[in-house]
Amino acid sequence: MNPAFALEILPQLLTGAVLTLQLVALALLLGLVLALPVALARLSPFAPVSALASGYIFVFRATPLLVQIFLIYYGLGQFEAVRESFLWPILREPFWCAILALMLNSAAYTAEIIRGGIRSVPYGQIEAARALGMSGPLLYRRVVLPLAWRQALPAYGNEMIQMVQASSLASTITLMELTGVARAIAARTFQPVEAFVIAGAIYLLLNFVLTRAVHWAERRVTHAAH
Amino acid sequence: MTMTDSASPATAAATPPAILIEDLHKRFGDNEVLKGISLTARDGEVIALIGASGSGKSTLLRCVNLLEVPDSGRVAIAGEEIRMTRDRKGVTRPADRAQVDRIRRSLGMVVQNFNLWTHRTVLENVIEAPVHVLGVPRDEAVARAERLLDKVGLAAKRDAWPSQLSGGQQQRAAIARMLAMEPKVMLFDEPTSALDPELVGEVLRVIQGLAEEGNTMLIVTHEMAFAREVATRIVFLHQGVVEEEGTPEAVFTAARSERCRQFLARETRW
Repeated sequence: MNPAFALEILPQLLTGAVLTLQLVALALLLGLVLALPVALARLSPFAPVSALASGYIFVFRATPLLVQIFLIYYGLGQFEAVRESFLWPILREPFWCAILALMLNSAAYTAEIIRGGIRSVPYGQIEAARALGMSGPLLYRRVVLPLAWRQALPAYGNEMIQMVQASSLASTITLMELTGVARAIAARTFQPVEAFVIAGAIYLLLNFVLTRAVHWAERRVTHAAH
Repeated sequence: MTMTDSASPATAAATPPAILIEDLHKRFGDNEVLKGISLTARDGEVIALIGASGSGKSTLLRCVNLLEVPDSGRVAIAGEEIRMTRDRKGVTRPADRAQVDRIRRSLGMVVQNFNLWTHRTVLENVIEAPVHVLGVPRDEAVARAERLLDKVGLAAKRDAWPSQLSGGQQQRAAIARMLAMEPKVMLFDEPTSALDPELVGEVLRVIQGLAEEGNTMLIVTHEMAFAREVATRIVFLHQGVVEEEGTPEAVFTAARSERCRQFLARETRW
């Protein structure tokens, strides 16, 4: 381990970390937005809707994320319709392919987390809202989802951390995020130890901050819950 | 409580009862819980529903605000009948969800386990439905909530979380939450059954105060002394039918039903 070399490659690795953060933040945000309707569909009493959501969740949880990334990156361009659609300028970019794969994958896991949270809401608190004349979207917005979110937060914290690690797979489709930069440095300089020790330390730092943030959010909400 | 009913027979007939229940049936699987119950509550009446566990009194109460959907029979609130329909499998359900929501706004309910929303403070629990269901401006709702919390003796707890309150305090907060909707009829489902004995009194006193203000109430309770003192009418249910009904005096001292006399002897032994 050469400290001078480690310091020399630090700026490049930090640039990679910025891309990692962009991938993670965007994928988590879009994944969460998609996960809510998927979770609600999964809980729907209407069988075809529930089955559709179950199928989606099953497919994305039962195949490797790496395979999903490759299929989206290499696979979408196979279709004439995709190449000619207005989305092609976006879908041919590795960045957006990675976002799409990470987001679809995260949404599948997050939907299950949200579903578990919703099912754990004490029924009496829902009934209290019904008895006061609440129903439908109002009931969900004001009572069910806030309570479900409190239950789901620890599990969602896990999902966020997993997403930081999973984003390293984006390096396989040419994206120079943290792992991609470390691999390039290792290949160029034949000094893999420094590159991956520093990259690992940056991941550690990112997840440390994330863990503290989730912990803080949990504490903020649970003084109310118990 | 004294009733001053000066209404002439003509106007009394013109005013529909606060609650009208006719020939209500409800079964859970093979168990028929309500076997044709009829009950009328006029404005200002305080009706205590008593009976052994499983006699159907809680189910009856929950059918009034459609938390349970009766299989057949009629429920009318202030003259408005809740319209029912049957789906293809023959299961009864409300024909108009919006009507149910509207009627529920005029019916307050307090249950055994309080069911305050744990993610909101006491004050937030009380203003939630006025602000988001009725559309009352927030500052107005807060002012009203503070008056109500004062009334139930919880003014100092407005910013506490439900988990920081004793059972009796939680139940009084739940009563304030109900009162904030200014309900025309109040339904109490065993409001003291989950409380430690020393906390029962503080909740019963609040309910008694509401009764003395002339509110219309249906109270499911096991507190016989309380029922006798507060109710204008006692209804004894046994296995899903009304077995005995009358003034507290008549029911407690001269019940015609043998089962009712046995029940009261058991419940008032000490």
